[in-house]
Order: sequence, then structure tokens, then C-alpha cells
Amino acid sequence: MNWGSAGEFFAMGGKGLYVWGSYAVTFLCIAIELASLNLRRRAAGKKP
Amino acid sequence: MSSATPQTASGGINWFKYSSPQTFFPLAGTLAPWFAAIAAVLFVAGLYIGFFVAPTDAQQGESYRIIFIHVPAAWMSMLIYLAMAFWAGMGLAFNTRLSGMMATALAPTGALFTFIALWTGALWGKPTWGTWWVWDARLTSELLLLFLYFGFMALQAAMDDPRRADKAGAVLALVGVINIPIIYFSVKWWNTLHQGASVSLKSAPTMAATMFTGMIVMVFACWAYAIAAALWRVRCIILERERRSEWVADYLETQK
Repeated sequence: MNWGSAGEFFAMGGKGLYVWGSYAVTFLCIAIELASLNLRRRAAGKKP
Repeated sequence: MSSATPQTASGGINWFKYSSPQTFFPLAGTLAPWFAAIAAVLFVAGLYIGFFVAPTDAQQGESYRIIFIHVPAAWMSMLIYLAMAFWAGMGLAFNTRLSGMMATALAPTGALFTFIALWTGALWGKPTWGTWWVWDARLTSELLLLFLYFGFMALQAAMDDPRRADKAGAVLALVGVINIPIIYFSVKWWNTLHQGASVSLKSAPTMAATMFTGMIVMVFACWAYAIAAALWRVRCIILERERRSEWVADYLETQK
């Protein structure tokens, strides 16, 4: 275990902005792709 | 090859059967949730290893933990391009409808991983090199890859006839393949700011093992995710392009 407390975990040794900025944008991208796939699937499923 | 005569592969399974959109559609629908589930499990496992098992890097401190998304995303950006170009080439060579659809389905996910690789690279570069961006060989060729994906998608979107869009996109995708070895070998061919092996894998074996394990688990998570996303997207594309066919009408009827 690397972290003494939750605060230490989120601080990432002072590099929190860079580390969490990377992961937040990654998961945001994935969420947007999945949501847009869901919308596209619904639209494609509608009768012409 | 939907109208071709049935051919049986040596394994006894008729693989050509699945080259028709109609037969691939339900198969993709069955496989996609499994790949998504595998991706979810591996993402959790990989992030757990990356943040709680892998120790702090002696040189870079905690900012190295960006590696667990940066390297898998960068590998996927190149691998998906190769897969896209492969399917595009198959479509050109054999005139199979599904091949072009696969290439089209892979492009947005490839662009997504390319963007993630560039974004995380900038956020890693700032604390490590002191700059978000440099116009060096590795970074510039990766940016070119993003523009190749965008160009492929824009070209296809601009054409009304999907079969012509497939052919035009395929030519662009195949020409762009030359960029992949340039990205991959750029750190060897040119003197770049981008390090070859960023994590000192050889200095401390136990430490290297957990870092490496976390990274590889994340690579497989990204693989599974990309396959799931591409399968879901190809199902949308099949429905959109085949919407006038009888089987799509029948299928949509069962969905009510």
C-alpha cells in the first residue's frame, strides 16, 4: 500500500492535477463514446 | 462475399458465413457484452495494481502512474489503425461489404485512443520535461495519426454512397499505414525528447514486475474495450446500411 490517507492518494505527491487529469479525461472519453453508441443504436433501430 | 458460393475452412467452421452482415450482426451482438465485461474487470484490476500495488517511481515520483493509461492508449492507437487498414484492404481486394463496415467501425475508437495518448502525454510531459508539447518526431507523427483518423472519417462522411466511401477511405487508410512504423521507430531513428523506455524496468526487478503487470493488464483492458466498442458500432452501421433489407425489418420487428 502506497498511501497513508485518502488525502495522500488524491494529492499524488503533488502531481495530482496531471495524474487525475489524465484518468478523468480518459474515462470521460470512454463515457462519451459509449453514450454516443447507445444513441446511434437507438436511432438505427427506429423504423425508416 | 455474401453472394459467393459457400466455402468451408479447414477447421470445419464456415468462416465465410460470418463475412455477410446478416450473419455477423447477431454474432457481434453476442460477443460485444462479453468483451465489455472483460474490459471492465481488467480496467478495475489494472488500476488497482497501478495505484495500490505498484510502488512510487524513484525518479519521477507519482506522475509516472500516467503510464498505465498512456502506453496502452498509444499502442491501441497504432494497433487499431493497422486493423482498420487491414479491413479496408480486405474490402478493396475481395469487395466484401462487411470489411468496409469493420474499417469504418474501428476509426472513431482509434481516434479516441490517439487523442487519449496525446492528452495523457501532454499531462505527463509537463511535470517530466517541463513542457506540454514539443514538435519532435514521436509527438508529431502521433498527431498526424489523429489527423489520418479524422481524414478517414471526414472523407467517408462526405460521400453518400457507402460502397464508394469504403473504397475512398480504404485508399487513404492504406496510404496512411506508412505512418505507423514512423511512429513506432521515431524514438530510435531521431533524437527525440520522448524517452524510449520511460520506466526503469531493469533497475529494480520486483518494482518493475508490478509496474509492468499493471501496464499489461491495462493493455488487455483497452483491447477488450476497443473490440466491444467496434462490435457495437458495426452493428449500428449494419442496421443503417441494410435498413431496406427484409431481415433488418424482421429484426426490428422482434425488438418492439
